[in-house]
Amino acid sequence: MSHSGLTDIIQFMVMGVQRGAIYAMVAMGFNIIYNATGIINFAQGEFVVLGGLAMVTLTMALNLSLPVAFILTVVAVTVVGILMERLTINPVGQPTVLRLIIITIAVSILLKGAAMCIWGKGSHYMHHFTDAAPIEFLGAIILPQTLWIIGILLCVVIGLVVFFNYTMIGKCIRACAINRDAARLAGINDRKMVMLSFALSAGIGAIAGIIITPIIQMDYARGALLGLKGFGAAVLGGLGNSMGAVVAGLLLGILEAFGAGYISSHYMDAMALLILLVVLFIKPSGIFGSSEAMRLKEF
Amino acid sequence: MLRLVNVNSYYGLVHVMKNVSIHVNEGEIVTMLGANGAGKTTTLKTISGLQPIRSGRIYFNGHEITHMPPEKLVEMGIAHVSEGRQIFQPMSVHDNLELGGHLIYKLYGKKTLKADIEKIFGLFPILKERRQQYAGTLSGGEQQMLAIAMALMARPRLLLLDEPSMGLAPMIVKEIFRLIAGLQEDHRLTVLLIEQNARAALRIADRGYVIETGRIVLEEEAKELLANQEVKRAYLGKEQREIWE
Repeated sequence: MSHSGLTDIIQFMVMGVQRGAIYAMVAMGFNIIYNATGIINFAQGEFVVLGGLAMVTLTMALNLSLPVAFILTVVAVTVVGILMERLTINPVGQPTVLRLIIITIAVSILLKGAAMCIWGKGSHYMHHFTDAAPIEFLGAIILPQTLWIIGILLCVVIGLVVFFNYTMIGKCIRACAINRDAARLAGINDRKMVMLSFALSAGIGAIAGIIITPIIQMDYARGALLGLKGFGAAVLGGLGNSMGAVVAGLLLGILEAFGAGYISSHYMDAMALLILLVVLFIKPSGIFGSSEAMRLKEF
Repeated sequence: MLRLVNVNSYYGLVHVMKNVSIHVNEGEIVTMLGANGAGKTTTLKTISGLQPIRSGRIYFNGHEITHMPPEKLVEMGIAHVSEGRQIFQPMSVHDNLELGGHLIYKLYGKKTLKADIEKIFGLFPILKERRQQYAGTLSGGEQQMLAIAMALMARPRLLLLDEPSMGLAPMIVKEIFRLIAGLQEDHRLTVLLIEQNARAALRIADRGYVIETGRIVLEEEAKELLANQEVKRAYLGKEQREIWE
């Protein structure tokens, strides 16, 4: 009993980290756009769905190799993100936060509809990245795909840190987030930076979709729930705080897995919402956010 | 070099700039005097493109620049140091300077940017000492110097300065004014300066405008403004005591 108890715990941890990695990536996408524009992009979950479904088509129907399909998918979804910003966010004459948020909701409905037209209502299967056998660890089963997910999450996090701290373009995006007018006076084109942050968010969303699809089987309607849980993670980590988002995403995934394991798997989706509510009641700035951090909007 | 012709600007329904026409010649330091809310800051914002104008025209070096976005104007050589030390607080001093020179980086590459930063460090040795510190941890005077240094990184020909002495100790104010005067002399920089400390501003300025509720009411050589009874009464204070001497 004690052995199987430990096995359960490890198994739940693995499942939690795997789901949490996806929430973390969705949350980072939310944060990048939030920092650049002050809005929540409700189409973030749709980027994940598009990434997953495009990957399914490229690998399963067109038989492209994994790396090629991966790159093509990320590029395609990034282009969707850029188009979204250019066609729906950029032209708004007097951009108030509420207006922009409503626009993102509309875009999410449109993207969902488009995905349904293209890929149908069924869910889509995709091979795991590698055929290696599952690894057994103290009785718990770890899928190789889980390791891929964790590895790619790490790469994305490191990539973002390097991008925002050591490249000129990344610093320009941060500058816009910190002080829009000062950035404009330094000669930074703020509208271009907003576009870039949509591109970046879409790209990260696509990566999240690609790596999770082999495990959950993607369908057109998954975006809303993924987006909601990613949003929960973003709020839990402190809106705008990307490192907070990673920790909070993983935490949310793990809590969800334990909730599903020890309470009931029926309430798994409710866990995220419950946590979101509790955070909003007790500490609206998130566990890693302080009012100071909210003001500074550090990445 | 810079010419505003009958510029009108509004904040919503409030008419803040009423037919403002001013000019700044190459190599001059021009100052604008006026009470709070007279429209001084707004005037600078219309020049740098932050504040939209309803009517009128703005020319810079013979080109019309009305309605151009700020980033374009920076490229043309207009740098605006806005009030309240607008720097990127959670970033290092070095990163702030890099961002200030972001156009130089785009045009000439990393090497030139590095060389430019070294030049700026020559002008502001204190910033070199603090290069790795977060800008938000600098003292008020150092932050103001950083704000000016960032503007200089863009290699401007016209510098718009909004209240550079606000909230600073008299000693620091003196240093900053010496710096501004030096920039004009050594770097042939043209300066349009707004300042609460009217006496200090007129000391280094060549000419001055007086703006009242959005209207230019007086334009004169700085020396004459210093001697003008009306100006003395309204902006210089009755006491002739120098605050920093």
